[in-house]
Amino acid sequence: MDSIRKSVVKADHKIKVDGSAKYIADIKFNNRLHAKTLRSEKAKAIIKSILIPDLKDGYYVVEGKDVPGLNKVKVIQNDMPIFADKEVNYIGEPILLVVGPKLEEVIKILNEIKVEYEEDIPVFDMRESKDIFAKYEYEKGNIKDTFKKASRVIEEEFYTGYQEQAYLETQGVVGTYKDGKTSVYGTMQCPYYVKNAVIQALGCNEDEVRIVQTTTGGGFGGKEDYPSLIGSQVAVAAYKTKKTVRLVLERGEDISYSTKRHPALLKYKSALDEKNNIIGMDVDITLDGGAYATLSSVVLQRSLLCAIGVYNIPNIKVNGKVVKTNTPPNGAFRGFGGPQSIFAIETHMAHVAKEIKCTPLEFKNKYLVKTNDDTSTGGKFSYEVKLKEMIEKAEKISDFSEKYKKYSNKKGIIRKGIGMSIFLHGCGFTGSGERDLIKAKVKLLKYEDGIIEILVANTDMGQGLKTTFKKIVAKVLDKNYEDIIYKNPDTDRVPDSGPTAASRSIMVVGKLLERAANRLKENWIEGEEQIIEENYKHPDLIPWDIEKFNGDAYPSYSWGINVVEVEVNTITASTEVTGIYTVFDIGIPIDETIMEGQIQGGVIQGLGYASCENMECEDGKLKQHSITDYIIPTSKDVVNIKNVLVDNPCDLGPFGAKGAGELTLVGTAPAYADAIENALSVKVNKIPITPEWIMEAITNE
Amino acid sequence: MNKTITLKINNKIIKTEENCTKRLLDFLREDMDITGPKEGCGEGECGTCAVIIDKDLVNSCLVTIGSVEGKEILTVEGLKGTKQFDVLEKCFAEAGAVQCGFCTPGMIMAAQALLSKIQKPTEDDVRDGISGNLCRCTGYNMIINAILMAAKRGEGLW
Repeated sequence: MDSIRKSVVKADHKIKVDGSAKYIADIKFNNRLHAKTLRSEKAKAIIKSILIPDLKDGYYVVEGKDVPGLNKVKVIQNDMPIFADKEVNYIGEPILLVVGPKLEEVIKILNEIKVEYEEDIPVFDMRESKDIFAKYEYEKGNIKDTFKKASRVIEEEFYTGYQEQAYLETQGVVGTYKDGKTSVYGTMQCPYYVKNAVIQALGCNEDEVRIVQTTTGGGFGGKEDYPSLIGSQVAVAAYKTKKTVRLVLERGEDISYSTKRHPALLKYKSALDEKNNIIGMDVDITLDGGAYATLSSVVLQRSLLCAIGVYNIPNIKVNGKVVKTNTPPNGAFRGFGGPQSIFAIETHMAHVAKEIKCTPLEFKNKYLVKTNDDTSTGGKFSYEVKLKEMIEKAEKISDFSEKYKKYSNKKGIIRKGIGMSIFLHGCGFTGSGERDLIKAKVKLLKYEDGIIEILVANTDMGQGLKTTFKKIVAKVLDKNYEDIIYKNPDTDRVPDSGPTAASRSIMVVGKLLERAANRLKENWIEGEEQIIEENYKHPDLIPWDIEKFNGDAYPSYSWGINVVEVEVNTITASTEVTGIYTVFDIGIPIDETIMEGQIQGGVIQGLGYASCENMECEDGKLKQHSITDYIIPTSKDVVNIKNVLVDNPCDLGPFGAKGAGELTLVGTAPAYADAIENALSVKVNKIPITPEWIMEAITNE
Repeated sequence: MNKTITLKINNKIIKTEENCTKRLLDFLREDMDITGPKEGCGEGECGTCAVIIDKDLVNSCLVTIGSVEGKEILTVEGLKGTKQFDVLEKCFAEAGAVQCGFCTPGMIMAAQALLSKIQKPTEDDVRDGISGNLCRCTGYNMIINAILMAAKRGEGLW
């Protein structure tokens, strides 16, 4: 039998290629009403009054007072209203929906509604915000004494910008009401998040709400929590009107008001002894949370856990906070707080190396974590760490060190540069989330005729779960993966196996499926219908304590090395990427082609984060609100990526697989920054590194 | 009174009294129930709505039906069933060129338009050929490989 890693044709390939796959906007719902959102024009204000014109028959306004349950979106904290009714906290905040059969009339009504505001003073700059959503701190060793005895201290500050997920399918949901049951169909990552949000909004019983995921055109974290907001809105609208209500965002709305990657300020301070060894590191991170808390506290946790990257520094102190500003709320994006910290720690290590006249790689090598080392928070890297082997492989495929030397300190119009990053990503939910919050449950249903159906709440948003989950079950049961059924989750049929996020699907849910399949195999009864259920079991770890920020934050880690090579034109300040080389340890791939797709796509998204994806907020308004203004990489901006996988099977995942989806984005930005520094002999402290920034850096040279 | 507009869509003659300023994308999706072309941005930037109009790749969100009167419009639904589609479909599968799939019908049309004009494209030709089609999942390289593979395997078909 073939190895699990051998590539197969993706289970949903045909319907996606021939255009027959139905995304939410493709599905015809009879007699559906259109919904449009009335949004706040003010960044911070009290709503004094809302003047609504007389509505024609069949047209409705759906607002805060129509919410039968709690007018708050259930995420982590109940702080974000479904419809703002007393105050608004950012420009674009939804106040109400106008709903009706003709879109033109809906838009006409929307334009006639008048909102009277009493304005307050907003806060736009995260440095000035005094309003803290969450803060954490941890220390290893003794940071005070370390800095006292340091012979040298190197201090710097980094800034990382917004990043928009830019999934090609915009956010969209449809709410229906029939026989006492409210259903929401839509593009989403986490059907049970939406379900729990709708139950809270309607104040109803569990069995009165049903959520169905439709084919999802990309998520990248952007469809983790945002569908809970618009899902609750259409659910309330359907409940009020007893009709079908469709809300599909236009691109401009989606870019302007949906959640994005948190901009971050990261302060790094390193203490060196007289031999130029780092003896201590003090890190202070601030994330811009936007107007509401959403998932920010968990994003911050991951940022802080990544703050020291792949290094073992004897004394550290890491503290951070996520603050409120009167800007659109930020949320989940592939990497989830990791990319900000990994950019900063990698770049800081390179800068310290250069200060002491050492090459970055040589310097980083001295501090790399090893198997069985303690993590920054007193956990353990108990699975094999193969960083040395991975760096060797990266050297081999990219000729990194040779090129790095060759490109250094060059003059001339076209300058070449090469850079490397070394990084990790914790697999699964941070801390004890899997055990205490998610408590994943999966089911395998075997029909009388022996056909098997996977019943889980996890969603395929393009990353290939439809195929990989089937392969896992099929492999255990010695079946063809094509014969296994795995439909888009419908909460009336599937148990809550948790969200599709945090690089947890393969490792955590895939493992449960592997176990379920093994049990089914052992207990197989020919000709009978059988249901096998598996529940999450927490691995034996050093217990995580969120108050002390101590223990094993993740059961295992995936690792990566990225090398980026560039050519910068010093007259035009344009940069061309001429080579990308990557080495990853993700355990064992469940499908080589699907894994390659995660690498290619993730690395290029990371390249966008590093270079062209610039988004700025001015007076509470995002300046980029279309794909024309917010530039993501095109086919002309990328090169072929040469990739090598280092096998390192981990028994926590099915067939030795670990998490992989987020890892691939995390390391591109620092490698790109390092390459720019190598080419231009400049110091990078900010991403994205735009041509404008390069022009300035060259001019100041 | 709207005048009758005649279009040829996927080899079928279609007559419509719809307003001539209606976007071709809306006409295809709403009136014809042809949903292969998607709306990704609505301003001609992303290529998810790309169709072939008389051999040229065009973003159907930027075209009114009045302006394509008498022209031949081909969407992925019309391409399906041809030998060219079969080759593209298989090569996209083998190269792993499809993830979320939202860009895919547009990419297939871009590949079809490219291969109809350049039978033996270089990698740069392919990068140019799909440069108006955005993809957020794949990083493009696997799509480029798929199209190069199709050009080779389907030699003589275009």
